[in-house]
Amino acid sequence: MSPTPHLQVKNLTMAYADTVIQQNLNFSVNHGEIFIIMGGSGCGKSTLLRHLIGLMEPATGEILIGGADIWTSSAKERSRMISRTGVLYQSGALFSSMTLGENIALPLSEYSSLNKEQIAKVVSYKLSLVGLSGFEDYYPSEISGGMRKRAGLARAMALDPDILFIDEPSAGLDPVSSRLLDRLILELRDSLGTTVIMVTHELESIFSVGDTAIFLDTDEKTMIASGPPRSLLAESTDSRVRNFLARAG
Amino acid sequence: MAESVQAQFKLDPVDNGLMLHLIGSWSYSADIPDATTLLPHINSFQANSVSFNTEQLYTWDTGLMTFLIDLIDTCEKNNIRVDKSNLPDGAKRLLNLAYAVPERKGARRRILGQPVLAMIGNVTIEMHRTWNEMLIFISDLCRAVYNLILGRARMRASDLFYQIEAAGPSALMIVTLISTLVGMILAFVGAVQLRLFGAEIFIANLVGLGMAREMGAIMTAIIMAGRSGSAYAAQLGTMQVNEEIDALKTMGISPIEFLVLPRLLALCITMPLLCIYSIFMGILGGAIVSAGLFELSFYQYYQQIQDFVPLKHFIIGIIKAAIFGVLVSTAGCFRGLQCGRSASAVGFAATSAVVTSLVLIIVADAVITVICQVLGV
Repeated sequence: MSPTPHLQVKNLTMAYADTVIQQNLNFSVNHGEIFIIMGGSGCGKSTLLRHLIGLMEPATGEILIGGADIWTSSAKERSRMISRTGVLYQSGALFSSMTLGENIALPLSEYSSLNKEQIAKVVSYKLSLVGLSGFEDYYPSEISGGMRKRAGLARAMALDPDILFIDEPSAGLDPVSSRLLDRLILELRDSLGTTVIMVTHELESIFSVGDTAIFLDTDEKTMIASGPPRSLLAESTDSRVRNFLARAG
Repeated sequence: MAESVQAQFKLDPVDNGLMLHLIGSWSYSADIPDATTLLPHINSFQANSVSFNTEQLYTWDTGLMTFLIDLIDTCEKNNIRVDKSNLPDGAKRLLNLAYAVPERKGARRRILGQPVLAMIGNVTIEMHRTWNEMLIFISDLCRAVYNLILGRARMRASDLFYQIEAAGPSALMIVTLISTLVGMILAFVGAVQLRLFGAEIFIANLVGLGMAREMGAIMTAIIMAGRSGSAYAAQLGTMQVNEEIDALKTMGISPIEFLVLPRLLALCITMPLLCIYSIFMGILGGAIVSAGLFELSFYQYYQQIQDFVPLKHFIIGIIKAAIFGVLVSTAGCFRGLQCGRSASAVGFAATSAVVTSLVLIIVADAVITVICQVLGV
């Protein structure tokens, strides 16, 4: 018997009021996999991510994490799921009124029984992982966009989540910072076995970190391809997918 | 169950060093030992190196990593070598990652208490900076008004009408409620004393004069400071965060003309009108209390006001309202344009707009009262 996928999407339709964004989405993500959601601008990638992290309710269909539907689970189960999930938003979404240390400490104080001293050690460790040692007392407005994103990743990883959702990690970053962030994500996955679901249209990221990718199409309003990115580039018969991925070369 | 075994360690001497056996589950939820407590043991063995045995280590996460980092840092400080080769692969990779970027020199901040003199100095410098910015803002505003008079100001009429609608008709409900209640309170408090002398008839004088000359304008201004002044600061502050103000500047459009002028004009137009409305609602509130509780008829109340509250008091109140309108809009817009580039800065701008408006309203009211006294009006 094959193991339960970490995340499974069944017949998902996403809509804003009567406007369907994507329909009949079916895919699954295995434990420890880096899964890429790609497609052109406005195809619904970020909307799909918002559905996966439970911020938007599906029009129809199911989203299962570890076999449990995130919309029909009990409040207790949902709270447990949240504590095992990390999200890195496009802008980092750090709380501007808190220091980086306080930002990272927030989920720890909410969901763990660690005392203040232990939390301070974890904060320091998480910041060192993303190359921000010693920046605990800085406010988000005092650091660069790339640093904010890395601090956002440290906060997303604070509770050692089983599954990490990342929205456009490269947005607003220079190519060097983007590649460093890609390497960091890869390293964290390899070390901790975290499942990573990443929305991006940055081709270098797709090829360098992605194990599996799906391609969402704006016109057909559904997923038109799935598989390892390099196989899609080499073998896909769909010209839209090939054209999208060929821009990398 | 093996995975539920608490985090433990055991030390064994090997060659010139120590073997640290990590046993059980080293995770967040477990009670992780403090690495610094190991140092006395290491010293007692006179060990010059520490290695690991992880055969009985069941699960691990950040709990183990913080312990290892603490241990490595403690050992390094005491010139004890740490052999990481037997650690789990993932832990080794994470340690490499954690030590890959050394702490930037001077990055860590020392949070020290500031001496009182330094605090006074900083506050003074900040006040001086704000004062300078305010003077620049006022001079820019005067230039914008001059351009408006010459018909050269870049301001959209639609913005002005929208701001008038938002500041005027939309505020009627709250002005009605507050002004009527203030009129009723004035009448009630005054009547209790006047009754002792059988002079309830003078309730009308008290309410009429109080509302026309002072309370109508002040209450309207306070309402508008909380309602429109804070909204202006939040709107312009958010535009600052979203770089919309920068976009206007780079297009060669003055934010003062495009954003501040419509708001300033809107409050200059609506405040006197709201003040007139507020005065009449206050007088009506007083009439309700007089007629309901103190057997003074509406006609007597009206006659008393007509005879003893001359028009000049109403005009002074309306002029005050116009001046307060300028102050509230100027304070709101100034704080909005002064706003930083974060969400908390927008909140701070809105709060400080209200505080600044209230201070300016009271100070201006005191100055106008003194001027009226000197002029004998």
